Amino acid sequence: MTITEAPPAARKKAAPEPPAPRAVGSPLPRKEDLRLVMGEGRFLDDLGRDAYEAAFIRSPHARARVLAIDIGPALGVEGLIAVYTYQDLPGRLAEPLPMLIPHPGLTHGRTGYPLAKEYVNHVGEAVVMVVARDRYAAEDACEKITVEYEPLPPVVGIENAFRADELVHPDVPGNVAGHVVQETGDARAAVAAAPYSLELHLDIERSACMPMEGRGVFARWDVADGSLRIYSSTQTSSGVRAAVAAKLELPLLKVECVTPDVGGGFGVKIVHPWPEEVLVPWVARLLDHEVKWTEDRREHFISSAHERGQLQTVRVGFDGRGRILGLDVDILHDNGAYTQYGLIVPLITSTQLLGPYKPGAYRVEFRSLYTNTVMVTPYRGAGRPQGVYAMERTMDSIADHLGLDRADVREANLIRPEEMPYDHGLLFQDGRPLVYDSGDFPASLDKIKKLVGWDEFAAYREQARAEGRRVGIGLAAYVEGTGVGPYEGGHVQIETSGKVYVATGLTSQGQGHETVFAQVVADELGVAVEDVTVTTGDTRRMGYAVGTFASRAAVMSGNAIALAARGVRDKALRIAGEALGVAPRKLEIVQGVVRSRDDPAVSIPLGTVAVLSNPLRYAFDEASKAATQFGGTPDHSRPPVAEGDEPGLEAREFFSPPRATYANGVHAVIVETDPETAEITVLRYCVVHDCGHLLNPMIVEGQVHGGVAQAVGGALYERMHYDESGQLLNASFMDFLMPYASETPVVEIDHLETASPMNPLGIKGAGEAGVIPGTAAFASAIEDAEGFPITKMPIQPCELFRLRQRFEAGEIPPLRRRAGAPNNVDEELCQP
Amino acid sequence: MKPPAFRYHSPRSLPEALDTLDAVGHDGKVLAGGQSLIPILNMRLAAPGHLVDINGLTELAYVRTDADGVRVGALARHADVEADADAHRAVSLLRQGLRLVAHPVIRNRGTTVGSLVHADPSGEMTAVLSLLGGSVELARLGGTRRVGAADFFTGPLESCVEPGEMAVSAYFPRLRGRTGTEFIEAARRHGDYAMCGVAAAVTLDDDLRIVSARAAYLSVSPVPLVLDLTETLAGATPDTAHWRAAGELAADRTEPDSDIHATAEYRRHLVRVLTARALRTAAVRGADPAVGGDGQGSDDQGSDDRECGARD
Amino acid sequence: MTEQMHEIELRVNGVLRTATVPSRRLLSDCLRHDLGLTGTHVGCEHGVCGACTVQIDGRPMRSCLMFAVSARGHEITTVEGLADPDGSMHAVQQAFRECHGLQCGFCTPGFLTVIAAYLRDHPDPTEAEAREAIGGNLCRCTGYQNIVKAVLRAARILNEGTDAPVAEEAPR
Ligand SMILES: Cc1cc2nc3c(=O)[nH]c(=O)nc-3n(C[C@H](O)[C@H](O)[C@H](O)COP(=O)(O)OP(=O)(O)OC[C@H]3O[C@@H](n4cnc5c(N)ncnc54)[C@H](O)[C@@H]3O)c2cc1C
Ligand code: FES
Ligand code: FES
Repeated sequence: MTITEAPPAARKKAAPEPPAPRAVGSPLPRKEDLRLVMGEGRFLDDLGRDAYEAAFIRSPHARARVLAIDIGPALGVEGLIAVYTYQDLPGRLAEPLPMLIPHPGLTHGRTGYPLAKEYVNHVGEAVVMVVARDRYAAEDACEKITVEYEPLPPVVGIENAFRADELVHPDVPGNVAGHVVQETGDARAAVAAAPYSLELHLDIERSACMPMEGRGVFARWDVADGSLRIYSSTQTSSGVRAAVAAKLELPLLKVECVTPDVGGGFGVKIVHPWPEEVLVPWVARLLDHEVKWTEDRREHFISSAHERGQLQTVRVGFDGRGRILGLDVDILHDNGAYTQYGLIVPLITSTQLLGPYKPGAYRVEFRSLYTNTVMVTPYRGAGRPQGVYAMERTMDSIADHLGLDRADVREANLIRPEEMPYDHGLLFQDGRPLVYDSGDFPASLDKIKKLVGWDEFAAYREQARAEGRRVGIGLAAYVEGTGVGPYEGGHVQIETSGKVYVATGLTSQGQGHETVFAQVVADELGVAVEDVTVTTGDTRRMGYAVGTFASRAAVMSGNAIALAARGVRDKALRIAGEALGVAPRKLEIVQGVVRSRDDPAVSIPLGTVAVLSNPLRYAFDEASKAATQFGGTPDHSRPPVAEGDEPGLEAREFFSPPRATYANGVHAVIVETDPETAEITVLRYCVVHDCGHLLNPMIVEGQVHGGVAQAVGGALYERMHYDESGQLLNASFMDFLMPYASETPVVEIDHLETASPMNPLGIKGAGEAGVIPGTAAFASAIEDAEGFPITKMPIQPCELFRLRQRFEAGEIPPLRRRAGAPNNVDEELCQP
Repeated sequence: MKPPAFRYHSPRSLPEALDTLDAVGHDGKVLAGGQSLIPILNMRLAAPGHLVDINGLTELAYVRTDADGVRVGALARHADVEADADAHRAVSLLRQGLRLVAHPVIRNRGTTVGSLVHADPSGEMTAVLSLLGGSVELARLGGTRRVGAADFFTGPLESCVEPGEMAVSAYFPRLRGRTGTEFIEAARRHGDYAMCGVAAAVTLDDDLRIVSARAAYLSVSPVPLVLDLTETLAGATPDTAHWRAAGELAADRTEPDSDIHATAEYRRHLVRVLTARALRTAAVRGADPAVGGDGQGSDDQGSDDRECGARD
Repeated sequence: MTEQMHEIELRVNGVLRTATVPSRRLLSDCLRHDLGLTGTHVGCEHGVCGACTVQIDGRPMRSCLMFAVSARGHEITTVEGLADPDGSMHAVQQAFRECHGLQCGFCTPGFLTVIAAYLRDHPDPTEAEAREAIGGNLCRCTGYQNIVKAVLRAARILNEGTDAPVAEEAPR
C-alpha cells in the first residue's frame, strides 16, 4: 500500500487513535534479551565452526602501485588452503564494486576492486586473500607472502585534496568526486544586503561507527542444489544477496542471505557489497567448503569506513533580532578513496543543516573530495552532525555579535507549528522535496530551556567563576528526516497453533525490532506479545527489503507490518464471521480469540481460524480437530479456495511513503573546563526530542542514551589521526578513544510527541537523534566556558590548552559578550 | 589478530624456570600476566620462539611487608598488591599508583613485577619504583643480582633484564620521616595510559616544615624521571609553600615528546600543574597528625586518588 | 615446524572439559571455537573492550589476553555459567533485561561476568561505585546509563529479592 498525502487541513489530526489496552507505547522488556543475556545470541563468528577462515593482506601504503606478489614462501604454511589475488577473479568479480547511489552531481564516482587490481588507494585496501584451516594459519600465510609496491605520493587532508597537487585517481581532475549546488532565493545578494553579516570557517574531523562486533561473512555452497547461503553481519541482507547474486552470476533465487544477531552497525554495515562479502561466497563455491571471514579490530579501522570530516565556510546575513536573511554555505567534504555510497553524506549535510530554522535565502555548495584514506560512508547521523554544527555555530556567532541570548536568536529563526508543512524548496537525500511534515519547534526549545535551567545558568556561571571554576552551557537543535523510502515490507502469518509469525526484510543491530514489531502486531491482532515472533533480515522470509539505516526501521517496517497485520485481521474476521454466523464488524479479537462483541461466548480461537483458512485440513493438531465443529456443509458449486482468496491466514504488505517524516529535538550540555589542565568534564546533558508516537519508550530512550555517548565521543575523544603519509596512527582501541562509562554523562530526557501525518502509526525515526547535535552543543558550551570562539571539533585538552595560549597572546578574539561589548544592534555592519 | 606460533613451557618451580630460560636464551620470553605481552603477540609485533609461563610459580605470588618496605613477588598481580593492607600502610604510594594502572580486570591478571620489566615509560609502577629508590631482583641459572631503579630502566620498553634472566621480585622501600605521598595523572580517559603522571613524596620535619620534595614522572621521558624539587620548597610549611615554583622547576627540567594525545608543550604544562598539585597533597598528607612520624600518609580518609588528580 | 599441541583440561562452568590446542590458542578462541561456548565475545583482541571477559577462579579477566594452556586446572566461568543450573537467570542477567542494559548484546557477556564478580565482593554499591565497576568495559550502544541502573537493580535483587524498581540515576 502507498500512503498518499492527507490534505493540509486534515494533516494535524491525522494520527489514528489506537484502541486500549495497548502494547504499543509501553516499556516492555525485550524479547531478544532472553537469549542475549544468557550467552545464547548467534553472532556471525558464532557460526561455521568447521569453516575455513580467510585473512587478507592489506596495503601498508596509502597510495601505491602493486608491482609483484610472491605467494611462494607461504605454500609450506601448515593449514593453508588457498591464496587469491586480483588475477584469479573471474567475470564480474574482476570489475569494480558497484556504485550504490548514483547522483547527477557525482560526476566522478569511483569504487575499488574486491582485491586491488593495480593500484591501492588507502592503507588497509585488500590485496591478497588467504584461506586456511583457521585464522591463525591464515595470518601465518599472510606474513609469509610478499607484495612489492611502488609507493606513490598520497593525498591526505581536505586542504591537500582541494589543492590537488597530487591526484588520488589520475582520471579525476581536482580530486573532485562530486559537486552540488542548491539554492533557494539569491542568498549571496541577501547576505550582502543584510544589516549584519559574518563569515565563519569551521572544521570537523573524522570519527567512525566502530560497532563492538566488526564485519563478517560466512558462506555455504550447496553443490547439489546449486545454491548459496550467505550469513553476513550486515544492515541489509537483501542488498548483500542481490549484490552477490549479480557478482557471482547466480539467479537471485539461488542465493539466500541471513543476518544473524549483529553486534552494532551504526551505518558502516549498510555498505554492500564489501569486498569480503563477494569474495567469501565465491571461494565457498570454488572450494565447495564453508568459508568464513571475521573482521578483526585492526581491519575494521583501516578497511571499513569512516565519517564526518568536513571544512565549512559559512557566510550569513541577519537583522538586528538575529533573524537570518541569507545563508551561503560552502562545504569541502572528505570522501576518502572511494565513493561506493555516493554523495549521501554531504547531501544530507547540505540539506539538514537548516534544522528547525528558516534561513531566508539559502545557497549551499559542496565538493566531495578524494583522499588516500578509508572511504567515508554514513555513520549514525550521516552528515547531520556536521550540518547542525555549521548552523548552530552560526546561531551562536550571531547571538554573540548582537549581544543577544543564544536561545533567543534561535527562537527568532524557528519555523512555527502553524507553518507546517514547511517546504524548504530543496531536494533531500532521497531526491524528494525537503518538506517538514510536522513538529513544534518552539515547544521543543522551551522544554530544553526548562530542563537544563537555561535562564538560571548565568548566575551559576558567575558563582562558579568566583570559585575559580569555569563552566559553560551550550545548546543545539536539529531536524532529522527519518523513515526515508522507497519501501519496506511486512509479512504476518497466524499458524494453527494460534502463534503469530512476522517477518520483515530489514535487519536489526540492537534496536529491539523483535520486541517493537511484536508490540505493533499484538495490538493490531489482539494477541499477546509473547505469541508473536519476529524475524528480520532473512531473505528466505522476505525477499524485498531495503535495509536498516536513516532511522527508518520503525517507520518503514513498523508501518508495513501494521498494514499486513490489519490484512490478516480482516481475513480472520471474515473467516470467523462465516464460521460463527456473525458479521465481521460485530467481531473483535481479544487475547487470541475472535468473539462476538455482543456475546463473547460466541467465539473461535485464532488458531482454529487459521485451520479454516486452509481447505486442506488434516487433523495434525488439536486446532485442526477443533475446527471440524465449524465445518458446516460444503457448497460444492464453489471452488474450495474462492476466487481472489488464498489459503492460509497470512498477509504481506508494503509501506511506501511519499517522503521522509521529520523528527526534531534540542540538546543542551553543561561542561566544566579545568582552568589549569584544560580537561573537559560534562556536568549535565539534557535532551528534548520529538519522534512522534513512541512505540516503546524504554527502547527510544536507550537509543538516545547510546547516541549521546557517541556524541560525547565525537566531540571530545574520537578522531582518526592520519599522518601525512596516510598511516592511521590510532588504529586500535588503545588510541581511538571511545568513551567508557567514566566519560559518559547521565542523559536527562524530555519527550514531545507530535504525531507524524506521514504514516498510519504516527511515528518518526529515533535511531540517530542522540548523536546529531552533540558536537555543536559541546562547541557552544566550551566556547561559553572559555570566552573565545571554538571552530574546530572534536577538541581534546591539548588543543584547548593551545587555544588558551593563542587567546592570551591576542591571536584569537574574545567572544564579544566576554569582552563586555554592549548590545550591538545599532553598530555598523561588521566583517571580521 | 592472532599470535604467531611459539613453544610453550610451564615450569613448576623457580629452578626449573631458570633452567628453561637458560636453555632458550635469546629466543625466549617470560610470560607473566600477559597483559602487555599478549597484545603485542596478537598484533604480531613480536614473535618469540619460546614462552616460559611463570604463572605456575605460585611460590612467587607474594606481597611481603616488613619494617623496611614491601617485597613483591613476580607472580603477585597488581590487584593483590593494591589490596594488601600491610603494604598500603607501609608504602601508600603503591596503592595510590596501582589504582591508576588500567582497569581492575587488567590488574587482576597483570603483575607488578611484569610491568616493571616491561618498562613502559607510561607505566605507573616504573615511577613508583624510581621515586622510592627501589630495586628488582633478577635471577638466572647459577646466580642472582639486584638492580636499583636508577639502573633498571634503560630505555622506552627496555629494562636491563637479559636473556636467560628472570625478575623474581621487586622491592619498594618505605619512606622515612614524616613523609606524605601522592600519585596523580592526567589521562585522556579514566584508566588510560597517562599523558602525564606524577608520583610525589614530601618529607616534613617536626615543625611541619618541608625538608625534602621529590617527584617522579610518567610519559614525559624515555625512562622514569625523578626530580628533586626541594630547593623551591625547603623550609616552607604546607600552607606557605610555593607549589607553583616547584611546578615551574619541574617543567624546566623535562623534555617531553608529542604524540596524538598530547603535544610536548602541553605535557610540559601538565608537569607544571600536576607537580604542584601532587606535592601539595603529599605535603598535606605528611602533615596529617594521624600519619605520625614515619608514614607516607594514607589516602584512606582522603578523597579518592583518582578524583583528586586532574582527571574528570 | 608442526605446532606443539597440548591436551588440556579446563573446568568450565563447573564441567570438566578437554581440548587439544596449540600453545598459541587464545582462551577466548578455545572457549568459543573448541568448546562451542560462543557467549564469550571478541571485540578487540588487545584487552581494551572487555567483551571477552570471563571469570578465572572467580576473578574477571580478559580471555583474549590469556592462552588456553595457561588456563589449565583453573575454574572458568563464562556468561553461559552465570545462570542457575535450573536455567533461571542470574540476578545480573535479570536486571539487564529489566533495565534495558543491552541493545545489540555484543558487549553484554563481558559486563555480566564483571558485574557478577563485583557484586559478590561489593553487595551494596552506590551509583558512583556501580559506574566505576563497569569502567573497564566498552559498550557502543547503550551509553552505559541503563547498565549502571542494572548493577544497582541486580544488587537489590541479590540482597532482598525485592522487585522494587531502581530510581533514575542522578546527573553527576
Ligand atoms: C587495556 C590495557 C590497559 C593498560 N593500562 C596500563 C596503564 O595504564 N598503566 C600501566 O602501567 N600498565 C597498563 N597496562 C599494562 C599492564 O599493567 C600489564 O599488566 C603490565 O604492564 C605487564 O605485566 P604482565 O604481568 O601482564 O606482563 P607480561 O605481559 O606477561 O610481560 C610483559 C613483558 O615483561 C616481561 N616479563 C614479565 N614478567 C617478567 C619477569 N618476572 N621476568 C622477566 N621478564 C618478565 C615479558 O617477557 C614481557 O616482555 C595495560 C594493559 C592493558 C591490556
Ligand atoms: S576482546 Fe578481549 S578485551 Fe576486547
Ligand atoms: S549493547 Fe551493543 S555494544 Fe553494548
